[in-house]
Amino acid sequence: MIELSLPIAFLHSFTGAFDFILHQREAQTRFVQVGGLGQVWELTRTHLEVSGLALAGSLALALPVGAALGHRGRGEMFAIGLGNAGRAVPELAVIAFLVAFIGIGLRNVVLALMVLGIPPILTNTFVAVKQVDRDAVGAARGIGMRETQILTRIQLPLAVPTIMSGVRTAAINIVATATIAPLAGVLTLGDFILSRNVYGDQGVLAGAILVALLALIVELSLAGVQWLLTPRGLALQRERAAA
Amino acid sequence: MIPVIAATVKVMLPLAQLPSNFVHHHSTTTCVAENRFFCADWAAHNFDRYVDPALKQALLVSVSVAVGFTVAMGLALLSHRQPKLAPTFTGLTGVLYTVPSVAFFFLLLPITGFGTDTAVIALSAYTLQIIYRNIVAGLANVPEEAKDAGRGMGMSQRDLLWRVELPLAVPEIVAGLRVATVSTVALATLAFFAGAGGLGQQIYSDLTFKTNIIIAGGLAMLMAILFDLVLLVIQRLATPWLRAGAS
Repeated sequence: MIELSLPIAFLHSFTGAFDFILHQREAQTRFVQVGGLGQVWELTRTHLEVSGLALAGSLALALPVGAALGHRGRGEMFAIGLGNAGRAVPELAVIAFLVAFIGIGLRNVVLALMVLGIPPILTNTFVAVKQVDRDAVGAARGIGMRETQILTRIQLPLAVPTIMSGVRTAAINIVATATIAPLAGVLTLGDFILSRNVYGDQGVLAGAILVALLALIVELSLAGVQWLLTPRGLALQRERAAA
Repeated sequence: MIPVIAATVKVMLPLAQLPSNFVHHHSTTTCVAENRFFCADWAAHNFDRYVDPALKQALLVSVSVAVGFTVAMGLALLSHRQPKLAPTFTGLTGVLYTVPSVAFFFLLLPITGFGTDTAVIALSAYTLQIIYRNIVAGLANVPEEAKDAGRGMGMSQRDLLWRVELPLAVPEIVAGLRVATVSTVALATLAFFAGAGGLGQQIYSDLTFKTNIIIAGGLAMLMAILFDLVLLVIQRLATPWLRAGAS
């Protein structure tokens, strides 16, 4: 009996979750309408907005610093150590620290998410730029390129795969942590998950499905961006190495 | 692992008491009521409430990483023998890694229920990608000469794997384990959503009390560092030939 009822209950909760996504209903707390595509879209937009701003901010800070350090081959301790330390920071503690010490709101949440986004981008950029073939850099210098040209036209293009894997890690961290942003007063898709008393079990499951889908879509889009940014020659070389 | 953390926690108790004399001269109640930066008196008197959640989280991390390592090792050995499987495994573990942990916990709830099992499943799923990748890379980087030497000694494929390839891959495997473990400590702070308790429960129970956030968050980061050190020691013990070469 239990063996039979388990998959049925399981299916039932998932169809309920999809119903929550598609159709509005009265909240558990009464008097307000929740769920439905309208609210889903609204929360998705905020989720993307917070995540996008945080990723852009992380890129703006980490990319130039990582590239400059990698080009000079200096600051290895800092660049690698930051990446290691970044992994040890608990997401919940970052959001809680924000709530307790700085205050709630969109700008603060973006700053907190940047704490999680900067380390992987900076570390990967540093490593990627630093390990670009010495001969390629030497050849560029030989044909009279300036240092900034070497960085932007030789080192950075060749470093794209590794940099992008850092950007993707950062994006995954940021989108995942934006899920608990409602604790800091910014209503993302995580609100469905965290406010069970309002949305009910179906809302919670709907939120989990939506967050997972959003993360996968972001990851796939960034894989696409990586493909577009990777120099053709480098992609060919890798394919040949793999074959 | 647990005794190590328990010992550290005991060492920290007097440390937490230490600053109370010179940080704040006011009474504990004033400090807590005004929610100052860090109430050392309160911390000293209430530190024991963090011990159990910390131990629970350490156990959760140990079990999750052990499960993840076992599964990843299985996948890696399979794809080592059947290289065609590698892209599938890389893709699958990648997808698992992408799903945010909070979503993962709540997706599993209707299937596995509220409790530690759900947390272990989700957390071990996260460790798969990094551990799997490192085992595969470690095995791939074993020098062809070393394998040839083994074959020359009459080793079978199986002997070669266990006595040459895996031992030589240990540094990269442990590197993967360290990254996976440190991230798992951080992620386990969210495991209370799945019903597994831990330091996150303490954080969540009072999000605005600064002292609480500092102690619980600090303990979680300290735990990550301790796990990392333990794995580093294991790596040194497992690769005696590297030390012999260095000296």
